[in-house]
Amino acid sequence: MYQYNEIDQTLVNERVAQFRRQTEKYLQGELADEQFRALRLRNGLYIQTHAPMLRVAIPYGLLSSAQVRKLAHIARTYDKNYCHFTTRQNVQYNWPKLEQVPDILAELATVQMHAIQTSGNCMRNTTSDHFAGIAVDELEDPRPYCEIIRQWTTLHPEFDYLPRKFKIAVSGALHDRAATQFHDIGVHLVKNDAGETGFKILVGGGLGRTPIIGQVIRPYLEKKHLLSYLEAILRIYNLFGRRDNKYKARIKILVKETGMKKFTDMVEAEWQQIKDGMELGDGRIAAIKGHFTLPDYAADAADDLSFGQYLQDNPAFATWYKQNTVSHKIPGYRAVVLSLKAPEVAPGDTTDAQLDAVADLADQFSFGEVRVTHRQNLVFADVKQANLFGLWQQLVTLNLATPNIGTVTDMICCPGLDFCSLANASSIGIAKEINEALDDMDYLHDIGDVKINMSGCMNGCAHQSVGHIGILGVDKKGAEWYQLTLGGSSENEAAIGERLGPAVAKNEVTQAITTILDVYIKQRLEEESFLDMVKRVGIDPFKEQVYANH
Amino acid sequence: MQIIKDQQIIDDNWQSLADDDELATGDISVSLNRWQQEKPKLLAHDGRLGIRINPADTVTDFADDLDKIALVELDFPDFADGRLFTHAWLLRSRYGYQGEIRATGNYMPDQVFYLSRVGVNAFKPAKTGHLPVELGYLNDFTVNYQASAVN
Repeated sequence: MYQYNEIDQTLVNERVAQFRRQTEKYLQGELADEQFRALRLRNGLYIQTHAPMLRVAIPYGLLSSAQVRKLAHIARTYDKNYCHFTTRQNVQYNWPKLEQVPDILAELATVQMHAIQTSGNCMRNTTSDHFAGIAVDELEDPRPYCEIIRQWTTLHPEFDYLPRKFKIAVSGALHDRAATQFHDIGVHLVKNDAGETGFKILVGGGLGRTPIIGQVIRPYLEKKHLLSYLEAILRIYNLFGRRDNKYKARIKILVKETGMKKFTDMVEAEWQQIKDGMELGDGRIAAIKGHFTLPDYAADAADDLSFGQYLQDNPAFATWYKQNTVSHKIPGYRAVVLSLKAPEVAPGDTTDAQLDAVADLADQFSFGEVRVTHRQNLVFADVKQANLFGLWQQLVTLNLATPNIGTVTDMICCPGLDFCSLANASSIGIAKEINEALDDMDYLHDIGDVKINMSGCMNGCAHQSVGHIGILGVDKKGAEWYQLTLGGSSENEAAIGERLGPAVAKNEVTQAITTILDVYIKQRLEEESFLDMVKRVGIDPFKEQVYANH
Repeated sequence: MQIIKDQQIIDDNWQSLADDDELATGDISVSLNRWQQEKPKLLAHDGRLGIRINPADTVTDFADDLDKIALVELDFPDFADGRLFTHAWLLRSRYGYQGEIRATGNYMPDQVFYLSRVGVNAFKPAKTGHLPVELGYLNDFTVNYQASAVN
């Protein structure tokens, strides 16, 4: 993975010093609330319901074991022994003390981490495919380009006070696992007719209050022009994005109001003026690629036969293998998804003890690296098949082996009313209830791929509008109600879920979900997925049953 | 009155005129609107001329006049409005403007480093007491990932 050089380290250290000064000035009353707010948000620090919340960047979801140990240490020393992985591959601490945040940032800097631009109206952490570099359907590893974008976005002087937040995602595979169609800019590695690899650029996608699918602004861009093209889009957005209404300030609204054709013309005209001065040299790309070389894979990994025997002898292991491991481009290796969706645990939460153990296991089994997925789980990307059984046994004792990846209980969930000052309704409690109602693993595996995404408010941090089943908490005269949507998807066939009907009361949500799943079980065609069935029959059959008793 | 210019605290004699002020003697700056309305009269003025712009103004509207003006003032109504950062970058990098670009109004001392990177070379703090503070903040970072507007 990428290792900081002296410039990277100096920049992060200087940022810590700057934020320490800003915090001290604020605590001494020399910096106004409004000003400190803008400054602290650009360092990932929110003031939340109970305490500040600190969001730490995990660039494109990649962590070393040393970084994981540091996250554990911070959870133990500065927080209540746990942290929360988010839908944008970042990690959040819910209980830090404001005056200690500069110390936390200084600790992070010692392992090449930071919280720069994890919130605020600026360019955020660049996200990517959690199977980057190992996926069988990959055209090219997207991570070097993520790193190039990470550096360019970091402390960009011109674009730190944008109309609204700005998110970029990069995918190098045929299957879009990075929700690139729902980002302000989506970058896809593609091949042109001549067989050369470059980028397809999408713009204007987004979730939140007004979910919109991104549109292609450039079908093919030569690699050397990546940064100039991004800069052209950002400059047009910075100049013309709306600043009069924060709910209409995202680039998706600018694209919609300007019209795609005109917007494209503006970007292309701007790009023509800067492209020659901002080319990425082959040497620069090669140098960054040099940080993402293949680990030292064993040539004989596929020769192991013990693994097949374990699969035969141990049904629980076989279930976990089928559900929580993924094929790898190197024979004899698998990627393993560590489920952070055990029943009784808030989705995405881990403890300091789990993190320490994860770091040790990563060193032992996966070349010392861990990835974070945008569905709030962790990944060991490079596990030899001969080690899968031993790893599984240890993950079971750590409560990280719930075989529910890709099932209904692998929910995406925001912190909700329990922690977030923006929320209208709780989400963690509902997730727990759904988990309890759906505790039969055979039933879950029979249902198969159903993605439930649940947000506690319109801001949609848990991407409810692209959940196969979306749950959105709303406030109705002081009570918590929940709006359900069906048929959303953030993957290749991107779609925004359709609203099922009137919101349901808090105590009816779980019943509604189980009813929806029952309708699917009864009316599906052979081998038909939930999403395919919703596409085929529409929402009416579900609606009839869910509202049957109303 | 003192300001920061080119990393130094200096005396400043520019007068920033409102649209209904009489033209004063000496160096004066006026709004872009007034510039467009009264250009011949202003060009006859004995003293240097400056244009004051706000975020909603468009740099291309006066790009042809840049050789006639010695100062562009970026007048921040709100520190969160980042358009002035792009205006400064365009003036320096696209139009090659060599004169003074000065931040005034409601910008934050903590923004001076970024402002200096997009081509702003002078700062007029809201409070005179901020002069040494802002001078120090110009050195918040010694490294960068992007090219500065002035190289």
